[in-house]
Amino acid sequence: MTPHRFDSALGLEARRGPVATVLKLLLYAGMILVFAGPLWGLLVSAFGQTLDPTSFALWPDGFTLENFAQAGDKNVYGYLFNSFVVVGFGLLLQMLVSVFAAYALARKKFRGMTVVMLIMLATMMLPEEIIAIPLSLVLADMPLLDVRLIDTYAGMILPVGAWGFSILVMTEFMKEVPVELEEAARIDGAGELRTFFTIILPLCRPALGVIGVFGFTMIWDQYLLPLIVANDPGYYTLPIALRSLRSDEEVGIGVLLAATLLALLPSIIAFLAFQRQFMRGLTSGAVKG
Amino acid sequence: MSMTLVREEKRLSPHRRQARRRGRWLVPWLFLAPALILFLYFKFIPMFENLRMSFFKVQTFLGDEFVGLDNYRRIMTDDAFVSAMWHSVVLAVGTTVGSLVLGLVLALLIEGTARHLWFVRTAAFLPVVVTMAAVAEIWRIMYHPAESGLINSIIGFLTIDPQPFLSSEDSSLLSIMGMMIWRGTPYDMMIFLAGLVGVDRTLYEAAAVDGASTWQRLWHITLPALRPVFWILATLAAIRGLRVFVEVYVLTNGGPNGSSEVLMTLIYKMGFQSNELGVAAAGCIVLFAATLVLTIMVQLMRRRQAS
Repeated sequence: MTPHRFDSALGLEARRGPVATVLKLLLYAGMILVFAGPLWGLLVSAFGQTLDPTSFALWPDGFTLENFAQAGDKNVYGYLFNSFVVVGFGLLLQMLVSVFAAYALARKKFRGMTVVMLIMLATMMLPEEIIAIPLSLVLADMPLLDVRLIDTYAGMILPVGAWGFSILVMTEFMKEVPVELEEAARIDGAGELRTFFTIILPLCRPALGVIGVFGFTMIWDQYLLPLIVANDPGYYTLPIALRSLRSDEEVGIGVLLAATLLALLPSIIAFLAFQRQFMRGLTSGAVKG
Repeated sequence: MSMTLVREEKRLSPHRRQARRRGRWLVPWLFLAPALILFLYFKFIPMFENLRMSFFKVQTFLGDEFVGLDNYRRIMTDDAFVSAMWHSVVLAVGTTVGSLVLGLVLALLIEGTARHLWFVRTAAFLPVVVTMAAVAEIWRIMYHPAESGLINSIIGFLTIDPQPFLSSEDSSLLSIMGMMIWRGTPYDMMIFLAGLVGVDRTLYEAAAVDGASTWQRLWHITLPALRPVFWILATLAAIRGLRVFVEVYVLTNGGPNGSSEVLMTLIYKMGFQSNELGVAAAGCIVLFAATLVLTIMVQLMRRRQAS
């Protein structure tokens, strides 16, 4: 199909000719340079040999793994391990909690459902930053339970376990699963949990991809939470360790660059691997507010 | 289908049927329990605790002392708080407007042409997905104030003198804003691109028949069609700007000399360093109220425009 000048607001795709082509290529190059350039710079600098803390190479000068080897001495891999523990168990918990809650909200009719929906929306309206201080008090002494979650993995995992966004995305999706399938299973004598795991959940795989990739980014990006939970540097996650690495006189720029690269690679990989799900969640989330 | 169900119900003895019914109401609540318990502990109890603390002088060992609205009065008159509030608003407005304008311009420019250029879109979207703390470390290095700093050497090509960026009181807030716009623009661009798909193509054609210029077409057809998307993005960005923490904490921690202190960094310092929990809590309530008012206001404006 040939591009038509009414296919877009400005009708630029119908403009041909050398000048238009050059301008377009310049635009694309500029966009890639501005938005991906800094990340590319980090990549080449982290593997580079220059240890000048002021400049940031955009072109590789040599290749060395020295920075990553030295990072080991500064416990960077320990921080990375902490991050993976938190994101692994946190995401598992978050997805389980979301699909369970969504099942009730999408497939059941019960008194109080509107109130529960309102509670979910209310949690999304509440910026997590503003409850950081009382949250740290709650984590230091859980009401009724007498448990202290400061300096534990649980303290960083449990608070991200329930997330309104992924519950709502899952609920919307589950509403679309035909009710006949569920009824058929029930007549065959399947119980509530079996219906849920064998009928509903497999049909929700596309939505699981969406909440999985968003949940991963959300948990990996947590900053204030590990900051208030981890007093002992042994529990630092990589994102919060960066700042203390930087202020440590003995840590050179090379180690800091290597650690920074390790902190952002997982989110880039998750995005590239699940790009379709990511975009779907993004647009549906924004359109529905 | 419903007939079979009714028949099955009848086949059960009255006793068993009752037992089944009795359990029924519990089922949804069992499925909801994990989410509700986690929300209770990590959202609602902290929120109410925050509200309570904002009326008290919180003292760990001496016991809390009720002070009424003193904490609120203090933040409204305290210079540090007022300037932090002002910085938050400047940052929120600047970031929102900057990302919206740039995002819209880029979306219009690449609509149609780069829609299918996977590589360009993916590369441009990377800033949105990468971890904030890591992004801030990169920008801190790029903003290095000496001549050899990356951004300084780039503007050196344009014969602009080296700028101090984060290390000067005059430019610290603007530099943070620059990074936030860099991160917000691709997000807005993607949403605008999705919104542009929904614009009725026949209207463009009709406008061309009527002799409308590209500019008129943009102003009278495209932009009005994007209005709902625009409002959502503006609300999201403004709220994100008001509650900003990591960006400032990592880049400047409010410095130099408080020139980039925003509400959240100040609240964090009061709560965890100077132990003024009550005042910090009052600050949080004010911030929460601001985001709430903003959301409701935008919703009302949207309603009025729609009707």
